[in-house]
Amino acid sequence: MNTAVDFLLWVKGPAFDVALVVFIIGIFIRLFEILLLGRRPDLAEAKGSEFSSGMRTVFTRTLPERGSLKRSPFTVIGGYIWHIGFLIVLFFFIPHIELLHATLGIKWPGLSNHLVDAVAVITLVTLLAMLIDRLTHPVKRFLSGPEDYLVWLVTFLPLLTGYLAYHRLIDPYALVLGLHILSVELLMLVFPFTKLMHAITFLLARWYNGAMAGRRGVQS
Amino acid sequence: MADFTNYHKTLGESLRQNGVSRRGFLKFCAATASMMALPPSMVPAIAEALEKARRPSVIWLSFQECTGCTESLTRSHAPTVENLIFEHISLDYHHTLQAAAGEGAEAAREAAMHENHGNYLVVVDGSIPLGDPGYSTIAGISNLDMLQETVAGAAAVIAVGTCAAFGGLPHADPNPTGAVSVSQIVKDKPVMNLPGCPPIPTVISGVLAHFLTFGGLPELDDLGRPMVFYGKSIHDRCYRRPFYDKGLFAETFDDEGARKGWCLYRLGCKGPMTYNACATVKWNQGTSWPVESGHGCLGCSEPDFWDGGGFYNAISIPDSDVAQNLGYGVAAGVAVGAAVGLLNRRKQADAVERHETVTVDDLDKDS
Repeated sequence: MNTAVDFLLWVKGPAFDVALVVFIIGIFIRLFEILLLGRRPDLAEAKGSEFSSGMRTVFTRTLPERGSLKRSPFTVIGGYIWHIGFLIVLFFFIPHIELLHATLGIKWPGLSNHLVDAVAVITLVTLLAMLIDRLTHPVKRFLSGPEDYLVWLVTFLPLLTGYLAYHRLIDPYALVLGLHILSVELLMLVFPFTKLMHAITFLLARWYNGAMAGRRGVQS
Repeated sequence: MADFTNYHKTLGESLRQNGVSRRGFLKFCAATASMMALPPSMVPAIAEALEKARRPSVIWLSFQECTGCTESLTRSHAPTVENLIFEHISLDYHHTLQAAAGEGAEAAREAAMHENHGNYLVVVDGSIPLGDPGYSTIAGISNLDMLQETVAGAAAVIAVGTCAAFGGLPHADPNPTGAVSVSQIVKDKPVMNLPGCPPIPTVISGVLAHFLTFGGLPELDDLGRPMVFYGKSIHDRCYRRPFYDKGLFAETFDDEGARKGWCLYRLGCKGPMTYNACATVKWNQGTSWPVESGHGCLGCSEPDFWDGGGFYNAISIPDSDVAQNLGYGVAAGVAVGAAVGLLNRRKQADAVERHETVTVDDLDKDS
């Protein structure tokens, strides 16, 4: 591997294949672990519907819990900003849609590059602010372990390298594009085995919370 | 090639003799200044320097090449000032173009080297085989020997075309001849790379004008290419860029998008990673250039462009069959996940089985 192009070819070739397979297998292992664990049969008579209550909770829990915005406004607002920003950049940046279209044949309209660029900057700044908050807030700092910092890093790097690639702030372009893809592969490798898995399991957790409440006939 | 009536004339005299008006000459100087990003105040200085410039001796060495570079440079429409600058230089040796052959040709090269020692320019097109000297020889002299011998007394070396600059096609995997670039051999002389397959003729004339005006090479990037021509990517200067920004891509070479002139990124255009002046200078006297004609950029002015993963593969899209890998991943994931899950269930069942209940009496007994 001598040149930037060799690096790019390796990154989007064998390295991507490995990252993709580990990502998928990892997600399935984690899901099966959770789903096959099972629950003891609840012999009590159901007082309401599990399904509808579960489904409702999947959506209602998207909004912050009452009072949490007052208690920790920075965490709640910052969390919303960068999560939404990250999803916009990931799913509405045109080259990303083109990638999905070329590989899986699915596509949808994207947003203007200038808008995505602005969102990326806001997301990067918010993520940095969140990290500083985590490092300076005594309780958050106490609660944070190495995994939390790793998860922050693998989330931050794809945005940073993507921004550098889009603005061609590193030469040659093949190198910075390769670094961007590599950072995403890092995220894919780490994703199933860390808290990042919440991007999938939040659906199960929310549904289960709602379903339990629904069965008992209480509000979730 | 040696035209001795012209030998001691300045460029100005030579141009006037060929019917180039003062106005035409100054227009060329202004165009050169703007093309090379020099301030307008430099135009008179360029004009004056070029006017007085004596014919520099140029020795042109062709090694493992296809003659495309020479074709590109000599087929520009006459009469242009660029053309006349080429005619003005004393091209003392160019075995493709010169009438002499064999020993006579080699004698011309040696004479030029001897007479202009320390002052002549060496232009190289083609790569140099290191695998076996017999792969490419001229008059029984290996390319490596001829390059080293000729470069020894040169003022500077210009590697014209991607083969000379980066190894090019001969260097492409698996590189059977062990081809290398000029800069991998010449270490003690200034080497300027003018890559391209072939390079733009105007780039050569611009660089020669710079050499005649300032007596040296222009500012180079980290690949040895003049910044003025290779400082911006094709993508940044491409007239189809707005379509990329809007997400309008041609999917095939004959679909509606292709007819409407949309971005060729999906069809493998290497514009984003290619640094060259095609998008602004264009080809054939500014007529058109590859992207304008409907074909993506091949990235021909970049190292190893032959091995860049296929001319028709989009640069950021994985080469493998992602859908298929995804399928394998899901199948393997289901199998491994189910196995791990069942293992956990067994562990759970074992734990339940091994669980011993303790009564209050048992606890009392222990204490």
